[in-house]
Amino acid sequence: MTFIDLNFYFFSALLLAAALGVIASKNPVHSALWLVLSFFSCAALWLLLEAEFLGIVLVLVYVGAVMVLFLFVVMMLDINIEEMRKGFVRYLPIGALVALILAAQMIWVVGPIGPDILDDESLKQAVRHGADYSNTKELGRVLYTEYVLPFEIASIILLVAIVAAISLTLRRRKNTKYQTPSKQIQVKRDDRLRIVKMDAEAKE
Amino acid sequence: MLTVTLSSYLTLGALLFAISVAGIFLNRKNVVILLMCIELMLLAANINFVAFSHYLNDTAGQIFVFFILTVAASEAAIGLAILVVLFRNRHTIDVDQLDEMKG
Repeated sequence: MTFIDLNFYFFSALLLAAALGVIASKNPVHSALWLVLSFFSCAALWLLLEAEFLGIVLVLVYVGAVMVLFLFVVMMLDINIEEMRKGFVRYLPIGALVALILAAQMIWVVGPIGPDILDDESLKQAVRHGADYSNTKELGRVLYTEYVLPFEIASIILLVAIVAAISLTLRRRKNTKYQTPSKQIQVKRDDRLRIVKMDAEAKE
Repeated sequence: MLTVTLSSYLTLGALLFAISVAGIFLNRKNVVILLMCIELMLLAANINFVAFSHYLNDTAGQIFVFFILTVAASEAAIGLAILVVLFRNRHTIDVDQLDEMKG
């Protein structure tokens, strides 16, 4: 049991505890904060797997952008927490049962017990790279040569997401007062000014 | 048994996936927590991708995680935008009350 193994067990326990916090919290704001903790511990696990670039991207993009968006939305909506919690206890047995069966099946396939489908010599021992190996450099080399077209498609997907999010949430209120500059500069003197002819009046 | 191998990471991914499936069952009225559970599921899949990429010594898995992160980020943005519009029109995000389409 090396230091890396200890780190794995620590961060995976933290990840599972944080995931339980996400699904069991009463307040959605607390769920979002637990989700932030689970992203952090997953980023640490990815650092152990020598995926340094993705670990940092997970913290920057997910914790920095997506979770802040989640927190904004959760705090702006006026959610009735008690109403939302109805059915939690009712669905607890069936939910736990399905999760247990699902986990047992998947662990039977990929876990340390059961049929050893991972019994391949190349999978037993991973290659540990030296200090001069740059994960970011290697990822960039593959991304901009072999996967350059999927990379372009990913950028278009992000553009579509921006357009969709803005056009969905944009609204014009009917009673909002706003200026129209083109109408303002087209105005004539006669529209604004009325000259009244009247006789001069004598002072009493 | 205690030494960390590929199967430890896959087991962790399976447990995380099972927890998020349980979360979808338990919080089936609250759309926000449903979206969070979907994020957790994608994270579980990404853990498997990164683990296989490390143990096979192949960067293709990490490229896939990169694309999954992109798609998941846009999915969260659009999902939350739909949620805001829904709340503006209905003043609730309860899944049980969203039955206008008689589904």
